Order: sequence, then structure tokens, then C-alpha cells
Amino acid sequence: MMSQEKLREIKENARPLLDERLKVEDKTEVRDGNIVLKGDYYKKQVRIALRNCEIILPESIEEYIALDGYSALGKMLFEMTPEDVVNTMIESNLRGRGGAGFPAGRKWLEAFKYDADQKYIICNADEGDPGAYMDRSILEGDPHSVLEGMAIAGYAIGANQGFIYVRAEYPLAVKRLQAAIKQAKEYGVLGNNIFGTDFSFDIELRLGAGAFVCGEGTALMESIEGKRGMPRVKIHRTAHRGLWQKPTVINNVETLANIPVIFQRGAKWFRGIGTEKSPGTKVFALVGKVKESGLVEVPMGTSLREIVFDIGGGVADGKAAKAVQTGGPSGGCIPVELFDTPVDFESLAKIGSIMGSGGMVVMDETDCMVDIARFFLEFSVDESCGKCVPCREGTKRMLELLEKITGGNGEEEDIARMESLAVTISTGSLCGLGQTAPNPVTSTLHYFRDEYEAHIRDKTCPAGHCQALLEYYITEDCIGCTKCARSCPVSCISGKVKERHVIDTDACIKCGNCMEVCPVGAVILR
Amino acid sequence: MEFKFDMEKNKDKVEEFRVFIDENRDRPGVLMPVLQEAQGKFGFLPEPVLELISQDLRIPLADIYGVATFYSQFTFIPKGEHNISVCLGTACYVKGAEKVLAEIEKVLGIKSGGTTPDLKFSITPTRCIGACGLAPVVNIDDDIHGKLKVEDIKGIIDKYR
Amino acid sequence: MVKLTINGIDYEVERDKTVLQVCNDIGIDIPTLCHDERLEPYAACRMCLVEIEGAKNLQTSCSTKVREGMVVHTHNDKVMDARRDVLDLLLSNHPIDCLTCEKSGQCKLQDYAYEYGVREGTYVGEMRNKPIDDSNHFYTYDPDKCILCGLCVRVCDELQNTNAIGFEDRGFGTIVATPFDQGLGNSACVSCGNCVSVCPVGALMPKYDTKFRLWETKKVRTTCSYCGVGCQMDLLVKGDKVVGVEPAFDTFNNGLLCVKGKFGYKFINHGDRLKTPLIKKDGEFVEASWDEAYKLIISKIEDTKAKYGADALAGLSSARCTNEENYMFQKFMRAAIGTNNVDHCARL
Repeated sequence: MMSQEKLREIKENARPLLDERLKVEDKTEVRDGNIVLKGDYYKKQVRIALRNCEIILPESIEEYIALDGYSALGKMLFEMTPEDVVNTMIESNLRGRGGAGFPAGRKWLEAFKYDADQKYIICNADEGDPGAYMDRSILEGDPHSVLEGMAIAGYAIGANQGFIYVRAEYPLAVKRLQAAIKQAKEYGVLGNNIFGTDFSFDIELRLGAGAFVCGEGTALMESIEGKRGMPRVKIHRTAHRGLWQKPTVINNVETLANIPVIFQRGAKWFRGIGTEKSPGTKVFALVGKVKESGLVEVPMGTSLREIVFDIGGGVADGKAAKAVQTGGPSGGCIPVELFDTPVDFESLAKIGSIMGSGGMVVMDETDCMVDIARFFLEFSVDESCGKCVPCREGTKRMLELLEKITGGNGEEEDIARMESLAVTISTGSLCGLGQTAPNPVTSTLHYFRDEYEAHIRDKTCPAGHCQALLEYYITEDCIGCTKCARSCPVSCISGKVKERHVIDTDACIKCGNCMEVCPVGAVILR
Repeated sequence: MEFKFDMEKNKDKVEEFRVFIDENRDRPGVLMPVLQEAQGKFGFLPEPVLELISQDLRIPLADIYGVATFYSQFTFIPKGEHNISVCLGTACYVKGAEKVLAEIEKVLGIKSGGTTPDLKFSITPTRCIGACGLAPVVNIDDDIHGKLKVEDIKGIIDKYR
Repeated sequence: MVKLTINGIDYEVERDKTVLQVCNDIGIDIPTLCHDERLEPYAACRMCLVEIEGAKNLQTSCSTKVREGMVVHTHNDKVMDARRDVLDLLLSNHPIDCLTCEKSGQCKLQDYAYEYGVREGTYVGEMRNKPIDDSNHFYTYDPDKCILCGLCVRVCDELQNTNAIGFEDRGFGTIVATPFDQGLGNSACVSCGNCVSVCPVGALMPKYDTKFRLWETKKVRTTCSYCGVGCQMDLLVKGDKVVGVEPAFDTFNNGLLCVKGKFGYKFINHGDRLKTPLIKKDGEFVEASWDEAYKLIISKIEDTKAKYGADALAGLSSARCTNEENYMFQKFMRAAIGTNNVDHCARL
């Protein structure tokens, strides 16, 4: 059986072994008493949720314990009442890292107060935003921090059963979690009578099956219950009637990974990091056209500029930055002029985007913002559950309007059409997926309206991306070999032998044959 | 094209599958794990297997069919011996995943989501697999192929033939 | 009790009611396409959206309980715009063939389009295009007219417990379907027709053999004569012909019928139906008056009883009679005829 003494003993034995291994590997250093990863990329980062990632061996519970793992849980079972735990969470003001930023402590309080014979904790590991992989990294790199966070939440609200709903697309995370749950039970930090107390808490893994909407809390519960993942009617709070109609707290992976540290170091410490309304740090998956892509954990309130340029090294291939997309299909595109915006829940909402789960996709001058909006709408259309009319029918119509515009058939009134449709979808949809689905369109319409207008009025794509709006053009590199003219199925290329050829763009059907056959690369798209 | 499922030829697998159902029938919300097991074991969800699940778990077939068609992981046609998942996440998209997918379709002569008639290859468009640093990315079975160029595709696929 | 304000007027209403229920009680008409008081709230059609001050988005009144101090607007511009756009979206994926649609005149989508002034769907794009399922003997299913309110699926599940139909696929591709396209005629469907009764549009329609518009008919309340349960229903009568049946909602069967009650009305106007008693004379049935028939029955009973005793007679009554009628019948057999030989078809 596990006890606090025994935990200390394991820690004392494991720590020197860990230090020894890290010394040999030489990729870490000690900063302010914490082991951190070496290198410029990590200098500006403050890693709380990712504190152990790439430092400890994820398969080893001893190494997790060596860095104070399970000490918070062990201590609180003897020294804190569930109510104290809830109060500490409220005091820390840790806000949900899954996207919406609802204070975790308030969720816990609702479930804590509600009397029931059975309560549940769910870890939402259905990370689905394209371009985001923070949760996957935590599950793969430090699974025990999530398990400990769940056990703490279970103790706080009086739940003895937890579920982790994890994407089936993350096989390694599933494997690591299975191993971690097994180990934790063997060590007596999970299962029956944890630390010899009468608190018991078990965790079961449930796999998703490829439905983005299951990241929505009530759809996720439907899915665990073995049904179609369609969001529920919000007539009851999930903290009162959630999974199988029992009080349920659902927290995201990153939120849970923060929890053990908050209890090790205290709510006050946590609130000292980040901003007043958004304390702590946030992990971002910095991807796209950035030089150094990877996971970045920074205090809330850090500016986009610092993240993209100081940590990410700016845009790759010497191109100019154009925008950053945050929040995935629910978020918006933030133009480079607003890169000094501090990243926190309120500031991002103010400029038409959202924090989201932490995807941060950098776009450069060659990215067409209309096409990016189209890409996200296509995603939302594919992932709509089909239950409510505005999302099922509305997102489809929005996508069709965007396809019309990127296809070169846009009409002047299409913009107004999209704007009014966006209002219907966002105010009238049943769940968060629908309510936020128009965001990529509204934000790009707001900041990059000129690009839409160029597509519609001038039938051009300023970024040179939308195929239908591009023209084939023969440059002065042409050697007059006539191959292109001979391969053109509609005979729209003219020119004499050994002279530069010309394409009649009105007659061109854009088949691309000329470009393929040109021996000197003189045919370009522009 | 139609892929028929022969219960008789798959007798052993079906028997193993029934054991799985039996061992798990008391787990609440067991339908999803059961369907996942079936998808894993048979490579797709054959109609007779869904009927069997309906009888064994006493869940109406219409409900099971509704669940099976809701989640994109479940399919009613078999997957090929090698499954090619093309990541269509944002990072891959901006780095040309569409062209990569088109090339794979061209090389195999099937559309995305399909299986070659010889049951050798399937193409599965996939949401972000979280390997954005390697964009554009294609997974063939468990192998990750990153930073792909269109001209590499044919050579890579040929290695699996 | 809870105090709240609806459209500027203060009300005091029962706790635990939804905004929709309260509005119904006080006579404010809120449109609904997916709502049915017998079922759990579903909140999918979004027609019942109302504005509640302080809430970020519009809320569905069917799934929002009244709260103290709530300020509700049921028909302001924001709400009306949203409802109009929802109708526009629905009609953009729905054939506009009201002129020949059987449902015209009893279609909620048509009624709301009229009320909200939505002439047609203005979004141009892909429309659902699926074949009509006509495999059931009693009704047809046209997926293209379906608005996915889910009433049929939920009635089949929650009230009928047959679960013959469900949703297939998701998003824009969602349709109501039987598993593996087996068709309603080959599915678990028991043809109770309760899905047909709740369909707000022309997607699920009885196979009528007479063309009619609802406004040409009058409703005649009657008791189903097929069994002793006594379900109440309304016959739709055009001229002197029964052309359809609708279940009654304000009685114990609460909007439900079985296959016989819902679809078994065509005998009423059938050419083969007997309208007078027939008496066999010289080996052939000949029409007779009721008086003649009764007299013949009495004389045969009296003859048989006199010749062979009362126990030579037996009575068999019908499950289509009420309890009271059956009681009367056994009493008649025992007291008037004098035999205990009495039985009932439901026992067979």
C-alpha cells in the first residue's frame, strides 16, 4: 500500500537516477531549481503543463514521482477536505484550457454541492483542432500528471470513477495512458483505498472514433454512453446531470496537467503567473509557415509577436508574416498589425478570435485568407453533427458561398449574405461548434475584406493561391520551341518558332498541359 | 464495388469477437468499444456482424447503424492491406496536402476513402495527426512520411507493393 | 411560482415549466417544428428561438426553463430574423412543390413560410436527392422533403419502442433511414403510422386513395372499432367519404394509434362492404331489413332452445366491443338464453 513515507522513499531513490540519466543526455539544465530543456527555443518559455515532457521517461512512474509526482494528491488526502480542495481551485482561477476558459473551480463547486450516489470525472482528450497537438504531447510525455489531476478532481467532488476520452488517432497516447493507469494502480495511487485512505478512484479509457464534435462536452458524454455524438439540449448543467445523468466534471488534458502543480505550490503562486483574469500559462502548437515549429508554453499575456518571432524565429523562407490563426475552426485570423495583442482569453475574444485549445498557425503572404476561411468552413461542414438547422444547413451554404468566391464566381452581394448568415449560425446554433463555426469567415472578412473584394470584383487572388483565378502566362524565358502550342487542346497559344509565345487567357481552359511540357519552365501561373 | 462478408469463412474471428462481447457486455456504454473491436478485427463493419451485435447486446439495429455511420472511423467497406492516411490538417494543407492526395489518387487509380480492388491499398483522408512540424504528412500503416513532395509519392507507394 | 417578463408584460408562472410551455399557456404563439410535449426536448429546429436578456445567444424556448426575473422577447427583430433565416435554410434544401404536394394545407413548414413571409429558399446549392421509399404498404417516405426534425425517429424509439428507423451519417448528409437501406417494408417497422402522424412536412405520407386538401374535409371524432381499447381518432371526411384518419391528442391514446386504426379505414367506403343484413333463401343471400333479420334470429333461438335445450346454443362476442358491451352480452346469454356457453374472440 502506498503511504506518504513510501512515496518519499521512492522519490529519494529515483531522483539521483533521473539526474544521472539527464546528465548523460545533456539536453537539460537547472533554472530556478527546476529542470528545464536547454536551448533558445525554451528560454522564453515557462513550462507548467509541459513541465515533465521530454524530461522524464513517460513510461516510468518513478521518474514522475522523482519530480514530486503524486505528492500533491498524497498530501491533500490527509490534510485537506474536499471543500478545501474546491476552494483552492477557485482561488487559483485556473480557467479551462480546452478553449472556452470557464473557471475549473466553479465547475467543481457545482458538482461538489450536488448530492448524488455516483459522480464522474471526464478528461477530454478528444483534441481535434487541426494544427493543435498540445494534449497529445502531454498524454504521451507525461501521462501521470493527467491521472493525478483527475484523482484530485475526483477527491474534490466526490467521484470514484473517471473516464479519459481520447482520440483514436493518437495510438501512442493510448498506449502510454494504459501503461500509466496500470502502474498507478500497482503503486496504490489509483484504484481502491488510495494512500490507504477510504478514497477510491478508478480511470477507464474510452476511444473516440473520428468525430470532432465529440470534443463538445455533452456530445462526448453521448459518445461514452454509446450513442451518436450529438450535443445534448442544455436544459441541465452537466455538473448536475452529465454522464448517465450523474453529476460530471469534464476537464481538458492541459487543465488537468496544471492541477498537481497548483496544489504543490499553492494558488497564490499560480496567480502570480500570467494575467489577472487569465492566470497561469498556455501551451500553443506553433505551426504553419514559422521557422521553428513546436510546442510553446508561455505565461498568459505574452504577445503574439513574442511567440511567433522571439520563440518561433519568424516566418520561414524569408517571406512576410500575414496572420496567425488561433482557435482552429472556432477561431479567427489575426493580422500581423495586431501581433502585439497579449494572448489571453479576453484579448483574443476582443479581436474576433478565441484562445481555443491552443493551435497557432502562422500564415505568410502566399496564403489566401478567403481560401483559409473556406478550408475551416469545409472542416466545420464535415464535422457538423447535423442535428440543428443553422449548423447543418447554414455552414454548408456558407461553404458554397466561399467556394463560389474562390472559384471566381463571386458576386457583390455574397459578402453581405455571408455576414447575415454568420449571425444566424452563431446566435442560433445548438452547441459551441455551430456557434463558432462562422468565426474564420467573420474575422477574415473583418481584417482582410480587400482580399474578398479582389476575388469578387477583380477576379484575382492577391496571394496567388486560388487556382480558378490564376492565369497561365508565358515569360520571356520562352525559347519558342512550340511544344506548348502543340499540346494545347483548345489551341489558344500562338507564336512563331523561336519567338516568345502568348496565351489567349480568355480561351484558356487552365488544363496546365503547356506548363507541363515546357522544357525551360517559362509557363507560370500568376 | 461490393465487398461481401462470409460469416462461415470468418468463423474463428466471429467466435473470438463474440467472446469479446460476452466479456464486456456489462460495461456501461459498451457499443463503441464493441464496434471498435469489430472494425479492428474485420477491417470494416460487415452487415451480419452488426446484426450479431444487435442480438447479443439487445440494441436495435437502427441505433447501431446510426452510430456506425456517425463516426468516420467506422467503414462498411474493407480497408486494404496498406492504409494510406493523408493528413489534411491546417499545417499540411498550407503546405500542399491537397496535391499530395491528388497524386496518391492518381497513382492508385482510386478516390480518397476507397480501396483498390485487389485489397492492397486504401486511402483515408485524416484530420490533423499532430505531426505539423513535418507537414505535409502521409501515414502508411504505422510509418510516417513527412515533408513530402508530389514527385516522391510514386516511389514511396511502390515500396509497399 | 416564478416572476418573469415576456414581451414587456409581467407574469407569475409555475416553476419547472419551459418558456415555450408558459408562452403556450398565456397565448403567445411560438413556432416549433421538432417539438412534441410527449417527447424529451430536442432543440434542433431552432424555430422556437427567443431572446433572453443577458444570454449571449438566442435560446430555444422548448429547452429553457423559466427563471426568476427572466426577461424574454419572443417576437423582436432579432428573433424574427433568425426564424426567417432558419426557414430560408430549410426551404433551400426542400422541394417547393406545394401545388402538388399531398401535405399542402396541413404542412407546418408551409404554414410558417406563409406566416414569416419566406417565399422560397434563397440559398442556391446542393440539395438532398434520394429516392422515395415506397416499400411499406401503408405509407411512403420521401427523404428530399425531410427537415430532420427527428420526430419520427423519436416517436418510434420513445413512444412506440420499435426503433425501426434512425439517423444515418452526419452533418449535411444526415438522413432518416432504415439500416443498410433495407427499406421500410423490409425493416423492423410495424406500420403503426405514428411517425406519419407526427411528420410536420410531406416526408412521411399515408398512401391515400383519394386526393383531398385538408380544408375540403371535416373532422369527425370517433372511437376506433378494431379492439376494445377505445382509441379516439378523427376521421377526415370529404363529402360522404372517409379519406384519412388522424389520432386524437386530447384523450388517453394521446396521439398514438396502431396500424389498424391509422390505416385500416378503407373498408368504410369499400364497394364490398355489407350495408344491410343478408338472409339465405334458396341457397342464395338476399338483402333483408333489420326487422326481418332480428325476427329470424329470435325464431331460430327459440326453436333450437325448445328442441335441444339452452346449452345447445353458444355466444361468441368480439374484442371490438367495449367492456360494457361484452358484459351485456354474457349477461344476455346467461339470463335471457340460459346458458353459460359464452366466449370471446380475444381468448382464442
